[in-house]
Amino acid sequence: MSAYAATATLHRLALRRDRIALPAWLYAVTAMVLSTAFSFRTLYATEQDRRSFAASIAGNGSLRALYGPVHDASTIGGLTAWRMGVFGAVLAGLMSTLLVVRHTRAEEEDGRLELVAAAAVGRRAPLTAALLAALTADLLLGALVTGGLLAAGQGVAGSVAFGLALAAAGVFFAAVAALAAQLAETGRAANGLAGAALGLAFVLRAIGDGGPHWVSWLSPIGWAEQVRAFGGDRWWVLLLPLAGAAALTAGAYALVARRDLGAGLLPQRPGPAAAAPSLATPAALARRLQRGPLIGWCAGFAAAGAVFGGLAQGAVDLVGQNRQVADLMARLGGRQGVLDSYLAAIVNLLGMVAAVYAVQSVLRLRTEEVSGRAEPVLAGAVSRLRWAAGHLLFPLLGTALLLAVAGAVAGLAEGATAGGLGQALVRLPLAALAQLPAVWLTAAAALAVYGLLPRWTAAGWAVLAVFLLIAWLGPIVRLPGWALDLSPFTHLPHLPGGDVTAAPLLWLTAVAAALATAGLVGLRRRDLG
Amino acid sequence: MTTAIEVTGLVKTFGRTRALDGLDLTVARGEVHGFLGPNGSGKSTTIRILLGLFRADSGTAVLLGGDPWRDAVDLHRRLAYVPGDVTLWRNLSGGEAIDLLGRLRGGLDPARRTELLERFELDPTKKGRAYSKGNRQKVALVAAFASDADLLVLDEPTSGLDPLMEEVFRSCVAEARDRGATVLLSSHILSEVEALCDRVSIIRAGRTVESGTLTELRHLTRTSVEAELVGTPPELPFAHDLVVTGTRLRCQVDAEHLDALLRALTAVGVRGLTSRPPTLEELFLRHYEPVAPEPTAATR
Repeated sequence: MSAYAATATLHRLALRRDRIALPAWLYAVTAMVLSTAFSFRTLYATEQDRRSFAASIAGNGSLRALYGPVHDASTIGGLTAWRMGVFGAVLAGLMSTLLVVRHTRAEEEDGRLELVAAAAVGRRAPLTAALLAALTADLLLGALVTGGLLAAGQGVAGSVAFGLALAAAGVFFAAVAALAAQLAETGRAANGLAGAALGLAFVLRAIGDGGPHWVSWLSPIGWAEQVRAFGGDRWWVLLLPLAGAAALTAGAYALVARRDLGAGLLPQRPGPAAAAPSLATPAALARRLQRGPLIGWCAGFAAAGAVFGGLAQGAVDLVGQNRQVADLMARLGGRQGVLDSYLAAIVNLLGMVAAVYAVQSVLRLRTEEVSGRAEPVLAGAVSRLRWAAGHLLFPLLGTALLLAVAGAVAGLAEGATAGGLGQALVRLPLAALAQLPAVWLTAAAALAVYGLLPRWTAAGWAVLAVFLLIAWLGPIVRLPGWALDLSPFTHLPHLPGGDVTAAPLLWLTAVAAALATAGLVGLRRRDLG
Repeated sequence: MTTAIEVTGLVKTFGRTRALDGLDLTVARGEVHGFLGPNGSGKSTTIRILLGLFRADSGTAVLLGGDPWRDAVDLHRRLAYVPGDVTLWRNLSGGEAIDLLGRLRGGLDPARRTELLERFELDPTKKGRAYSKGNRQKVALVAAFASDADLLVLDEPTSGLDPLMEEVFRSCVAEARDRGATVLLSSHILSEVEALCDRVSIIRAGRTVESGTLTELRHLTRTSVEAELVGTPPELPFAHDLVVTGTRLRCQVDAEHLDALLRALTAVGVRGLTSRPPTLEELFLRHYEPVAPEPTAATR
């Protein structure tokens, strides 16, 4: 067992290092699941309410694609499993992925693993310790969710099945990350690979739930859904992610045994001996550094646009077939109204995801500063503002590019399925671009934190999380109006279809400008490095 | 104007830690100035203030006639900086990093760049993260020496270099001085400082404890003396670290007691005598030793 020597110590080290991040993740995911359950309890108090609600969503193809089908409409637990099953599994997967990469490839890349591996530490110990830490986190998440649902008075079997379904999805993606950490040479690339697998699983599941059913069986997130917590509790489905995780872990171990420390499977190519003439300004450097991530995000946004745009017409058709919601449909303004409200929800979702990119690209400044790479740049004839401006072009204009691409592709896909390209191709990109003021405000808040309180830069992510949670869950849990107003996404027009008033867009932009100015003033005045 | 760097009473605190506690530093134009101090004594903090990355709490700093904070951009056109711990962009090659850093301060001499790459035996096509510590340092050194900077700020620039490359580094510093550049060299390698520096400042706990030419500093401290005498060594109350074995004697004396020592020795009769000025190492150690009571006079 010498291959596993010191695993227990490294496991404790991982948990110690994540003593803040891990409880924060567990709290956030559990709170999201349970707040949904509790809001359903007040919104749909009787079984009659729940059944009619389920009937109204059963016919809606787009909602099915987004959340999956309802397997049990009779209980609160069943509705919660429907509403949070997919997103809970995605979040558990994301938590596990980031955790495993943080303790494996990122450690290796920074050279800390070299120090550790030189001690009496087994070859498999660091990877095993990271996987055990992820397993610990996933089991805790499952236990918290189960306990919360039990506290909400839901059935034991369903609560346990739902908790285990989320945990199993987390374990599967921890193993995906373990393999990705062997293939890629940097933590960033490993996260990218594992994140792409997560995105693919989400899309496969969305296609399967929106159309050909068997497709969702290809997706580990689909498996979490197929456990059918509260709707039959198919325990055997839990074996699929666990078997998958075991196979992936075996693959990762095989690679660990074969490769050198620090090496990946994708070889390093030599670079040019001299820089291109254009690489002469801080902006050119920022372009070079942020180009790759932007291309990746662009591909993701184009894919999302294609999926959601392509599903739009089908969604409306299904609504039309359902007599119970014909009423609702008429109120929404007929076929066009339903289509618009579906597209508006999608566009809003894209805006929120663009805000994630915006915060990430703002905080690249902090990464450059902390790593010491900003120092030689600023020791050149480069002012801090010029250095920052090069990077800030990305949250400012990169976000616009992402939204325009997603809107255009969604418009193309929607137009192609509707049999006419003209209208949506213009309406959707414009609707997507109307999200920008809220995206900018989120980015500017992160910039303000970075400029004024550099040690608390991670709070930029917290601000983003609060904005998104309010906008996403606020209406469901019936937050008071003032609380909803705290999120910039609350103030956006519902496009396409809704009315546009310039005022909120203008003042959102103004607040964003004020926050960005505060951040830049702070950056100019403080110590750097 | 004859001073390149003029720092007086510099104070910088981080929370409760007083990193700089009234530091003074004067570097004349055209000189190579050694900046010595133990880890955590404030060398890098001083350098970051000089680069305008940190703002001093009090005290004044004048760099090439300008204010390092306010005139940072203009001053940086005239200086080149090599950090002690060089991190590079992982997706940029070493050659790209050299060109970029050079251009950011206003260009570098392509002929000298080629020559330096050859002398430092650096492969410029590797990507940032494929370089070892020493090679990352070479990237920063080539970028600095290939520029026409008036001032070179070097923060422990050779900690990862092998002895051959250390020689190349020394000749590069000498060439920079010959073309009139000023060099501030923070270092731990005393032989390097002894070989290169015209003047030296020694700091400790954020304060300058000694500054001057090596000769001046040596004068302030003790000379080591070894003597083979004809008879029994005399009483030498002023000698430090005195060791007597038969008629042999070894000790250290302060400059003002050198005369008295020689008189006492010649009175007994001298067969052989060697005296040696203190090495920089001894100077350094004397300043860095934790403040403890001086061992009294002779330890027989």
